[in-house]
Amino acid sequence: MNMWLSFLIDSLAFGATFIYGSTGEILTEKAGHLNLGIPGIMCMGGAGGCLFLNMVGKSGLPPVLIVLWGILGALLLSVLCGLIYSFLTVSLRANQNVTGLALTTFGAGLMKVIVFKLNPTVYLSEPKKMYRWPFETRTDSLQRLGILFFLAVVIALAASWVLYRTRAGLHLRAVGENPATADAVGINVTACKYLAICIGSGISGLGGFYYIIDYMGSQEAYLSVEAFGWLSIALVIFALWRPHLTLIGSVAFGFLFSCSSFITNIPGIFVTMAMKPILRMLPYVVTILVLIISSIRNKRENQPPASLGLSYFREER
Amino acid sequence: MEKRLALQMRGITKRFGPVTANNHVDLDVYQGEILAILGENGCGKTTLMNMIAGIYYPDEGQILIGGQEVLIRSPKDAFDHKIGMIHQHFKLVDLFTAAENIVLGLREKEGYNLKQVNARVAAIAEKYGFHLDPTKKIYEMSVSEKQTVEIIKVLYRGADILILDEPTAVLTPQEITRLFDVIRRMKADGKSIIIITHKLNEVLEVSDRVAILRRGEHIATVNTAETSEAELTEMMVGKKISLDIPRSEPENAQPRLVVEGLNLKSPEGVQVLTDISFTANGGEILGIAGIAGSGQRELLESIAGLQPVESGEIIFHNPKKDKPVTFFHKSMKRVEELGREHAFHDRSGKEVSFEGMHRREIRKWVESGDVLFKEDEIIDIRNKNPLEIRELGIRLSFVPEDRLGMGLVGSMGITDNMMLRSYRKGHAGLLDRKPPRELAEQIIRELEVMTPGISTPVRRLSGGNVQKVLVGREIAFAPKVLMAAYPVRGLDIRSSYTIYRLLNRQKDRGVAVIFVGEDLDVLLALCDRIMVMNGGRVTGIVDARSATKEEVGLMMTRTEKREEEGR
Repeated sequence: MNMWLSFLIDSLAFGATFIYGSTGEILTEKAGHLNLGIPGIMCMGGAGGCLFLNMVGKSGLPPVLIVLWGILGALLLSVLCGLIYSFLTVSLRANQNVTGLALTTFGAGLMKVIVFKLNPTVYLSEPKKMYRWPFETRTDSLQRLGILFFLAVVIALAASWVLYRTRAGLHLRAVGENPATADAVGINVTACKYLAICIGSGISGLGGFYYIIDYMGSQEAYLSVEAFGWLSIALVIFALWRPHLTLIGSVAFGFLFSCSSFITNIPGIFVTMAMKPILRMLPYVVTILVLIISSIRNKRENQPPASLGLSYFREER
Repeated sequence: MEKRLALQMRGITKRFGPVTANNHVDLDVYQGEILAILGENGCGKTTLMNMIAGIYYPDEGQILIGGQEVLIRSPKDAFDHKIGMIHQHFKLVDLFTAAENIVLGLREKEGYNLKQVNARVAAIAEKYGFHLDPTKKIYEMSVSEKQTVEIIKVLYRGADILILDEPTAVLTPQEITRLFDVIRRMKADGKSIIIITHKLNEVLEVSDRVAILRRGEHIATVNTAETSEAELTEMMVGKKISLDIPRSEPENAQPRLVVEGLNLKSPEGVQVLTDISFTANGGEILGIAGIAGSGQRELLESIAGLQPVESGEIIFHNPKKDKPVTFFHKSMKRVEELGREHAFHDRSGKEVSFEGMHRREIRKWVESGDVLFKEDEIIDIRNKNPLEIRELGIRLSFVPEDRLGMGLVGSMGITDNMMLRSYRKGHAGLLDRKPPRELAEQIIRELEVMTPGISTPVRRLSGGNVQKVLVGREIAFAPKVLMAAYPVRGLDIRSSYTIYRLLNRQKDRGVAVIFVGEDLDVLLALCDRIMVMNGGRVTGIVDARSATKEEVGLMMTRTEKREEEGR
């Protein structure tokens, strides 16, 4: 297969990490909460997955159950983090940025503790075959895609559909734009925020799980999950707060991010080791460009939710 | 035709802490009628209606709908009883379309289908004669369109009783005519409409009956056809109450601030101030009376340079500055002219007399620049920025709806807040904290500010104390014009009198004080002259010593007959 096509497929597979991360963050932000804890939550998702898989390890269960068990572990820990975040920022109205950053530090640290204690040979043995259905037997680059990749695409499209085509989505967007108005028409703002943050955290957590277990399939991978969490938050801006646009954004990000290793394969281009970190900046440079362009165009639809980052307190007038 | 009762209120009482907003109010609303609720600011009109709409819950009394007693604990309960309120401040999501806002929060059995909603909204709009595009986004809409969305939102939910809180305050005359047509059509459809207002001409034009509230009490309900403007005004403002506020005779009142033909448009293009002209004299308190939102705030802000003026002049007479006498075309004529109007003096302040001197000697003396006279400096402050205006001694002690918003930083202590006004003093970018601390201590002492300490964040002080700090600071910088808007709002009697005393002391110092107030009794007792504003126009300037409350009240509420549609 052509080198470019295989590179594109690799970008898609890699980008699924960002699809999970940013779709989760978009749902949270649509509820008016800027969750900077997403990197930590993704770490916890990865850690939860590893932990749960370690339990069943070589128990001989059917592969489907093992996959589901791992996903369950990822969801459990990341939703727990989401609950902590919602309790602090929604119920106690703590500062969202500080809470989020604390959660990131906490999540990344705890993950190192958990994953370090585990024996990778127990839960990472032949993992790819389990996750790469229906392409598990392919030998070309298509074998890099699997159910978790398709799940990411489905989740992103479903999130867009819910947000823009259903009553629940209308209510959620109203909460993020103008919680006082939402409250006045009888929407339960607190419940709506809790739900959006927890579902968002769960989706983000799957991103960490996907990256470690599926895409990399190596315990060493946990070291870079936090960095991809930050990239996911940047991707939210790139995607203009629309989940379906993360599909395009994640491929672009995946492409740009792996550019540094890919570019050396192109004959005639010589990249020194020192250049690589500079090339890795590309996704962030593009994010800044998108931010500049969308700010200049100043279209209301492309702006962040109006009450993003603000706590809502009904008695405040 | 026998009218059926739609809603009854029996002995409704609502208290906020020590303040009684509504005291045993009884009110009946019939089906298919337009009831106007008339009253001054703070008389409890909106509070009363908020209790029907589920925003507040009454402390005492009953609400009956169709003869049945009901409990209304939330806006949702109100909707369930087919009551809808259109608030003065619209509750809409800017980014959504009209239709999305209208269905927001509804849990209809059928699925969410915007096309159906759009069709149904368009049908309601057509039925009552609204003009509305259901797919238009709120942020692209004019104020009148937003109001339309709010009204349809209520109708969509099937409301039979509609409460409109000051619906005409933000509309142009043409839009008001259109709104009244719609209201009449809703009435014909059998709905009950309650309009909260303080505009007498609108009451007379559109309502069937008028309920008058004063100081939280229900005064009377009369049939509109059987009443007159004068009668309504009298019921609304009541008899004058005598307050014991000392008022000195103004001494040597000189024009200090002259405003000529001032016009101002809001960013939305609505004419806020129209042809405002007045003179504020030094050594006098000029009161500004008017219903809230008649342009008082905008007027003061444009004087302080905070709002760009469309046209008109704001002239400030800076008092008595030493100026050397000069020649005009080398002739003595100018010197003689000046000599007739002003007394000359030399640099040491001694009076100068040219008596017995030769022309040439006088010329030489004058040319040396040592002969001075005092002259008011005439400054057009329209060309100045807010900082320069402040430096001239024009001080705006604005006490807006949120006291902390415009004058003080809530999380800083009193000393730091004092420094907000003196940060430009001092050397090399370093702050000298000593003078502001002394000032803070002085204000605490003299104005009896209750605070645990000088560095306690002002946010933690009570409203009255915050206001004392704000007014005290502005006064401390020896203003020449002091503008105070609602400085006693929310204060107890004792603190209010402290503020009156402060304003009076400034007046005796020769300051031109402009006092925007809402209590007519206070305005009549404290001020020397009262300028009455209504709808962004000056409807009269009266002598506060001889004016009556009814006279001022009428000027506050009566607007000239509106121009007919399409002028």
